[in-house]
Amino acid sequence: MVSIMRYRKFYYMFSGLLALASVLALVFWGLNLGIDFKGGSLLLGEFSKQAMSQEEIKEAVKDIGLGEVIIQPTGEKEVTLRFNEADESKRRQLVSALQSAAQNKDKENNFTQKSFESVGPSIGKELRSKAAKAVIIVLIFIIGYVAFAFRKVSRPLASWKYGAATLVALFHDVLLPLGLFSALGHFDKSVEISSGFIAAILTVLGYSVHDSIIVFDRVRENLIKNPGKNFEEIANISVNQTFIRSLNTSLTVILVLLAVYLFGGESIRSIALVLIAGIGVGTYSSIFIGSSLLVSWSKKLRM
Amino acid sequence: MDMFKKILSAPLAAGKAVLKFIFMPEGERAKSAYVLLLIFIVAFFAAGLDFPNYWDKYAHKINDKLKVSIPNFYKLDYKLGLDLKGGAQLVYLADLSALSESEYGGAMAGLRDVIERRVNAFGIAEPNVQTAKSGSEQRLIVELAGVKDISQAIDMIGQTPYLEFKEERSASETEEITKAQKEGQRLDEDPYFQSTGLTGKYLKKAEINLDQNTYQSVVNLNFDADGAKLFEEITGRNVGKRVAIYLDWSVISAPRVNEAISGGQAVISGDFSQKEATQLVQRLNSGALPVPIKLISQKNVEASLGEIALKKSLEASFYAILIVGLFMILWYRVPGVLAVIALLVYTIFTLALFKLLGVTMTLTGIVGFILSVGMAVDANILIFARMKEEFRAGKKFDLAIREGFSRAWPSIRDSNISTLITCFVLYFFTTSLIKGFALALAVGVLVSMFTAITVTRLLLKTFATEKLGKFLWYR
Repeated sequence: MVSIMRYRKFYYMFSGLLALASVLALVFWGLNLGIDFKGGSLLLGEFSKQAMSQEEIKEAVKDIGLGEVIIQPTGEKEVTLRFNEADESKRRQLVSALQSAAQNKDKENNFTQKSFESVGPSIGKELRSKAAKAVIIVLIFIIGYVAFAFRKVSRPLASWKYGAATLVALFHDVLLPLGLFSALGHFDKSVEISSGFIAAILTVLGYSVHDSIIVFDRVRENLIKNPGKNFEEIANISVNQTFIRSLNTSLTVILVLLAVYLFGGESIRSIALVLIAGIGVGTYSSIFIGSSLLVSWSKKLRM
Repeated sequence: MDMFKKILSAPLAAGKAVLKFIFMPEGERAKSAYVLLLIFIVAFFAAGLDFPNYWDKYAHKINDKLKVSIPNFYKLDYKLGLDLKGGAQLVYLADLSALSESEYGGAMAGLRDVIERRVNAFGIAEPNVQTAKSGSEQRLIVELAGVKDISQAIDMIGQTPYLEFKEERSASETEEITKAQKEGQRLDEDPYFQSTGLTGKYLKKAEINLDQNTYQSVVNLNFDADGAKLFEEITGRNVGKRVAIYLDWSVISAPRVNEAISGGQAVISGDFSQKEATQLVQRLNSGALPVPIKLISQKNVEASLGEIALKKSLEASFYAILIVGLFMILWYRVPGVLAVIALLVYTIFTLALFKLLGVTMTLTGIVGFILSVGMAVDANILIFARMKEEFRAGKKFDLAIREGFSRAWPSIRDSNISTLITCFVLYFFTTSLIKGFALALAVGVLVSMFTAITVTRLLLKTFATEKLGKFLWYR
């Protein structure tokens, strides 16, 4: 049996560093909110022959009065334009300006709009408050559920400590992907926090709890089976027993998400990435962080 | 009576035998094989529901060869969201500032009716028009899945004429407002005209006519009884002044009133061509909006883009199932093969449920489904890991399998509950885009509880035999 619990300090340091980096990223860089949260417009278009350069596009649309336009090539012929909330007439002006600019340069080149999204500030605000509400409600439900699931365990650790360890793991699992996306969003403006991101983060939240519960279930069972052993030994046995299964279940989920990431197309790629990051971190924390915390607490108890 | 009993006894005995065969086959293995068979039969038809085209194709082949007549399968389409089918979602803000709060409900219902009429006239398969309240804002959400020409659709709805009659302000008011506007205040007020309350709501009918003197097209308006009364009052108190006719917030004409007009007839003589006048009349007649609206948010996706997204996400689903299947078989061998069979049953049932429940599939919904594929085998992994432990502990083959299930159950239950809680909250507290994800994931998790546990257990009970050896049984 591998003595996993002995290296607790190392796991704390590793996670602590990553968590600190995430907090710093969030404080200094913040999150790059997508238009569904902050309002604004996003137009995806395709040139039939060849995409125009960013300068050419900027020149073509400068008289419409869209404010700042961020232009990003996506793929060989596709281009994404981001700008402030714009009404229908501005959208039409924009599309026709690009069409004529494309044709002026090359007669066979044409521009078509593939998708357009414009979100007013009040809708963005509503979505923000809805997302915040959803996160809070999920947290309340899950804390309640964890307390319920571990209500019967009381020796040698009080049942609320299992709950607390689950929650620490949970915050850890949510914080790191947020930090990752803060950094990604800082260096690549196209990585945005969309409403799908919130769904993904909340799923990570559920999954993290799920993983911790499975390990703690084992601890609970082994406590009853081996009354003589000390807590560290029991935690170690439990982690060893669940190790393969934790890795394998996460591996299957991560494999399917990898399929989404590789084959699923642009728009769901970032959701897949959050889920991969969150579930990966969640597996790590359920093995190395949650149980380690329990062991540390049990040591303190004895002193 | 005896005669009846005698006649009935033979069929009753036969029935009993059949019932006994159906409900109580002899022996554990036969029983589970039997239930399994039932599940497979249901799954077979569920697969027909999922992929009716394949069913039809093979049915035709068999019909041709064997001279039988298997019918085509019942067609039920997957409900695809805007992002997969193409289409538009438009969110309008209704301006109810002219109404008192008690009138809001009625006004919004009226607005919805008028827009629904317009959208229906446009010939879209499943238009969805609904009102929504958010804080103090009253909104109207129009969803047009599969609409080809989105710009035209927006014109149909967004540029519905809002007809309004306004009267002149007094000179002092005009001066006051223009002065304030110079200082950057009261900018949204019209310094010259004010609302009279006479709007397109009171319009009975609009007609096109030719002005006898100028030979220009004019539009005749006929008001209903209330409108006629209002119009008489307005013209009565404005003799010698101008009454402006506003269409979509801009003046089209502002004739001077010579005398009070009774009878509810008005004429708009703007400077428009015959074609423009005809269009205006059509639009006015199909129902003027009871309150003004403004497009505050739109999302539209070309059908071609949706098709690509659908194709890609189906490909991703296929690879996801393939990869997970390979992994399970390579790692867990025979139990892995059984888990993959359970996974296929899972996929068939989940897809059938999506159709039967009318779950709207969106891109995020498909991610939810794929995620649930990964989670569906989770229960199997837990069970197999437990079984291996029981084997190692020296338990007998059959007992180890049984213990594997019963010991893994609490973990499976607890962990799935936490996922379901998340889905529940996501479904009830967020927007429509995320609802699809939550619903797909929840349906997936629930079905997986059935397939990964029940189906796998039945498969094991039916096919498990110690003869296959340690390696193949992952012991």
